[in-house]
Amino acid sequence: MHDVTHAVRRRRDLIIAAVLISVAACVPLFVKDVYVQNIMVLTLMYAALSQSWNILGGYCGQISLGHALYFGLGAYTTAILLTKFGVLPWFGMLAGGLISALIALALGYPTFRLGGHYFAIATIVIAEIAYLLFLNWDWAGAALGIDIPVREDSWLRFQFTRSKLPYFYFALAFAAVAWLVTWWLENSKWGYWWRAVKDNPEAAESLGVVVFKSKMGAGAISAFLTAIGGAFYAMFVSYIDPESVMSFQFSLLISLPAVVGGIGTLWGPVLGAAVLIPVTELTRSFIGGSGRGVDLIVYGGLIIIISLTRPDGLLGLFSRKRKKEAVR
Amino acid sequence: MTAETIIQSLASGLLMGLLYGLIAVGLSLIFGLMNIVNFAHGEFLMLAMYATFFLFTFVMLDPLLSMPFVAAGMFVFGAAIYLLVVRFAMRAKTNVGMVQIFATFGLAIVLRGLAQYFFTPDYRSITHSWLGGKTMSIGGIFLPVPQLVGAGLSIFAFVALYFFIKRTDFGRALEATREDAGAVALVGIDQNRVFALGWGLGSALVGLAGAIMATFFYIYPDVGASFALIAYVVVALGGFGSVFGAFAGGILVGLVEATTALVMPPSLKAVGIYAVYLLVVFIRPRGLFGSI
Repeated sequence: MHDVTHAVRRRRDLIIAAVLISVAACVPLFVKDVYVQNIMVLTLMYAALSQSWNILGGYCGQISLGHALYFGLGAYTTAILLTKFGVLPWFGMLAGGLISALIALALGYPTFRLGGHYFAIATIVIAEIAYLLFLNWDWAGAALGIDIPVREDSWLRFQFTRSKLPYFYFALAFAAVAWLVTWWLENSKWGYWWRAVKDNPEAAESLGVVVFKSKMGAGAISAFLTAIGGAFYAMFVSYIDPESVMSFQFSLLISLPAVVGGIGTLWGPVLGAAVLIPVTELTRSFIGGSGRGVDLIVYGGLIIIISLTRPDGLLGLFSRKRKKEAVR
Repeated sequence: MTAETIIQSLASGLLMGLLYGLIAVGLSLIFGLMNIVNFAHGEFLMLAMYATFFLFTFVMLDPLLSMPFVAAGMFVFGAAIYLLVVRFAMRAKTNVGMVQIFATFGLAIVLRGLAQYFFTPDYRSITHSWLGGKTMSIGGIFLPVPQLVGAGLSIFAFVALYFFIKRTDFGRALEATREDAGAVALVGIDQNRVFALGWGLGSALVGLAGAIMATFFYIYPDVGASFALIAYVVVALGGFGSVFGAFAGGILVGLVEATTALVMPPSLKAVGIYAVYLLVVFIRPRGLFGSI
């Protein structure tokens, strides 16, 4: 009985995702405004990044506040390989992902043994060390960063000046892949272990060793996908510096959509990004342009209100409604 | 590198470390009391620095004199933040840790935004306070007077805090609530009141630090961010919730920072602090003096 409803729910999730992706793919046919298209690209990118973060932070409960490290590594690997060695960004993207995954494995080994706040602070501190090193690393542009020269539009070099649409479709594919990986993980052996550990601390002890290994795996997958996002971002804005891709602010931006939408859920990061990113971008351009901080007040206020009133995230709004309907 | 420069920088590292301890102790106190890390702690420091600056600019009150007022103001502010925000974060039935982290992060962002809006992003400084810009020579070592006074203040505050916790009723209630909040409620101590006062006390301590910091550091909306990270490291190094740990952690961080600055470019001096944090928690996952 339980298994049937579970399978039905999973198939329903897949259908909803397919419909959403198809609808999203058609949106640019009607929305020609470049400003709005830009917001859509960012929304999709953050949905994908937060989905990647959610694999480790949500499902495994390892709150990383240092994912800017992997994002920055993806961005820097791609930019350095392209500008210094002429390597196409597609290979740079893959290299950045692999480097990040390896680093996540190396860091996971000592850090996953740390509890709660000690772990969170360790992730901040590690990302901050990398940030400071890049800030002082002359060969990698130091504080000035790396300018990626813009040439003719090409899929090979993943550069487009005339239209934002290619970026949009890549971001959509990226978000879809991150979602699918999560969907697949949810039903995997790992997914069951993670749920078991969350529901029952005693189960955690008996599963100790295997869960540790699964967390290492989750960390590597999460880091790989986050680095892909960083590589994409470097090509999208064609300029990176430590501040814009590796600062602590970025770690926060990556985790927030999942927290706001619903942490450790399949749809939370998508919903959170769809709410947060447009709100941030719109307040920034309409009231925050003067640098007077109103955008920060709105953004921070939104986070406080959502985390206090909806600890499960915005997704809780839907499930509550559904439960009420079911009671009727 | 002569022995003199080494002693010189270790001495100033020690002074700075004592100040780091004072900045961090409020964070540790609040954590010990109710298992919450206030991620807006740096912004509390920033507000205290601005309060000191404005009292100096508009009322001509020297930071040394305005210190008690700043601390009192921060006490009220901290208690109010507990009653208005944190109290509700503690009520969450699910994702408790997450809610607390992100509610206080949201608070930090709002406070920074408010500071930008009302105080502008300009860098401010208190130009000629009684302490500012003076140095003192002790046995051939030159030490800046503001840091020297700050270090003395820090030692005084830690001693006072020790006696406060051991000797007063509120201090004992605080200690008892740390040990077992449920049992305390049974005895008839209002837990909410103790928590609010704990937040007040923790914030007043960072207020003291802010008043001193304002005499030798630039004041701007983001100033809290860098000190906040140092404060987390100090608290975690010493062990979350341990008041003595914050003291020892502060000194350790100050000395490590000074040593790193001797061997690496100054812009990398924080790397030493972070590396020591990682080293310590990898060996002792609960910090140097943390219990369970």
